[in-house]
Amino acid sequence: MTDFTEDMPEPLPVKQLPISRQFMRRIQNSWRQIVTVVPFLWLLVFFLAPFFIVAKISLAELAIASPPFTSLIEWTGDGIMTIRLVFDNFVYIWEDSLYFDTYLNSLKISATSTFLCLLFGYPIAYAIVRSGPVAKPLLLFAIILPFWTSFLLRVYSWMGLLADQGTINNLLMALGIVDEPIRMLYTEFAVYIGIVYTYMPFMILPLYANMEKLDNSLNEAAADLGSRPTNTFFKVTLPLTMPGIVAGSLLVFIPATGEYVIPDLLGGGNVQMIGRVLYNEFSRNSDWPVAAAVAIVLLIILVLPIMVFQHYQGKASEEQ
Amino acid sequence: MYAKRSRFLTIMLTLGLAFFYIPMVLLVIYSFNYSKLVPVWGGWSLRWYKELFQSAEVWSAVSLSLQIAVVNATFATALGTLAGLAMVRFGRFKGRTLFGGMLVAPLVMPEVITGLSLLVFFISLNQLIGWPAERGFATITIAHITFSMAYVAVTIQARLTGVGQTLEEAAADLGAKPFKVLTAITIPQLTPALISGWLLAFTLSLDDLVIASFVTGPGANTLPILIFSRIRLGLRPDINALATIMILVITICVAIAAIVMFRQQRADLLDRQMAEREES
Repeated sequence: MTDFTEDMPEPLPVKQLPISRQFMRRIQNSWRQIVTVVPFLWLLVFFLAPFFIVAKISLAELAIASPPFTSLIEWTGDGIMTIRLVFDNFVYIWEDSLYFDTYLNSLKISATSTFLCLLFGYPIAYAIVRSGPVAKPLLLFAIILPFWTSFLLRVYSWMGLLADQGTINNLLMALGIVDEPIRMLYTEFAVYIGIVYTYMPFMILPLYANMEKLDNSLNEAAADLGSRPTNTFFKVTLPLTMPGIVAGSLLVFIPATGEYVIPDLLGGGNVQMIGRVLYNEFSRNSDWPVAAAVAIVLLIILVLPIMVFQHYQGKASEEQ
Repeated sequence: MYAKRSRFLTIMLTLGLAFFYIPMVLLVIYSFNYSKLVPVWGGWSLRWYKELFQSAEVWSAVSLSLQIAVVNATFATALGTLAGLAMVRFGRFKGRTLFGGMLVAPLVMPEVITGLSLLVFFISLNQLIGWPAERGFATITIAHITFSMAYVAVTIQARLTGVGQTLEEAAADLGAKPFKVLTAITIPQLTPALISGWLLAFTLSLDDLVIASFVTGPGANTLPILIFSRIRLGLRPDINALATIMILVITICVAIAAIVMFRQQRADLLDRQMAEREES
């Protein structure tokens, strides 16, 4: 037997203990504050503040100046501050059927694409979950890889397939199925293909993460009790995967509503979506107040889905 | 969940993979096409690769994009890690809901909104304090850090909740100071997430067109801006060649990252099994 007491550090004098603890706590607190404050400030300045400036500009008027809008606050001669809010831009957007129809069209296209992503993504995610231990990581890799590949180039790849002289039309004509090329590029069909193609991984990955946690014994129990597979699917699997469905759908729906690149490259001028209108209003017409108002209205439309998404994200990170 | 895959699921999976990969494979094949018209086959050739490498415009765009991506990834990883630590480890603090909201919103915010708001912000800032007088490298990098740190934070949060707090608590109980705990325990535990977070931020930056188009100034063309301006007018064989190179580079990077992550997961699993065996 050895005597362990020799190795023990000498006990600290009793009086010193509270002071050093206090000191430690202060250091700990200050480093905690730095950890929180730095990213917090960054987001306040570069993420939140810009929205207020957009909101401010949306309430201004177009002016021949640089930057091209009037200021809200003016000082009159006798030191009186006047604030002028112009709601004309919002009235203009509301009354002009072009904007109204474009918002509706964007929502229609992104909702339909979200549904299509779910329809095809769900079985794909389910198939990966049910794959063997060797195939599973490889399949996941195969799904993640396109997600890392340039978005722009993935959209471009469909231009080559869908063009009048593109691969699909060449194939169809060589096989004698059609005599003249089918118009696919620069149509709404092409926009749907583009959105489903580029956003599909955003649907599959949350679904996969959710499905992997499911317990197969529930399915077995249902089968033992005489439930048919379709019945089990609708009564057991589908309700349990609801969090994955909601997260995936919102990850597709929200950004797709404001999509610019896909309607521009695959839709040409034929498919009106609000992201494209906003961009053009801003860069070509340089009507900043209207562009800002278009952005604010889009944000208002999307605020509810964004909040639902945040709610689910918060719940998902707490559950882990 | 080790039930067998039904035939329907296998068919859907095969169709899905075909849908994902056929366009990319065709993109690569046509990059070796001699013909100037992309879908008309004119024989195998490296003509467009040669043209690509001779283009000074392409090289300067590549260089600008890479610089932005590296600086962005480094800052976004630092800020995103701090944000992830704050969200997971610090319990409730003042403004946590707002902070959490601002961390999640960039993941789904339409790019046109983020781009527009950052541009008007930079212009207002310039009027107020005289900076940034010129838009380009700095403004694009700041914009990219803002949205990519959110992605890093998600990665870090997942890893932090995954590894739990036991080792950190043990170290603190044994007398390690908070900074020592951070460097000796937390950061080594986070390494795989830090690597994948950095790579994610790097690719997000290389990939961004819309936000960069808003906040860039005259003359500062990133690679996506250059590609977009060329393909708006139709198919271009040199862009196919560029795409092929990018796909190759990204596949190699993702494969390395996947192997690192996979090994780490296996090591974690082994550790846990060993610990359980010792306990019993």
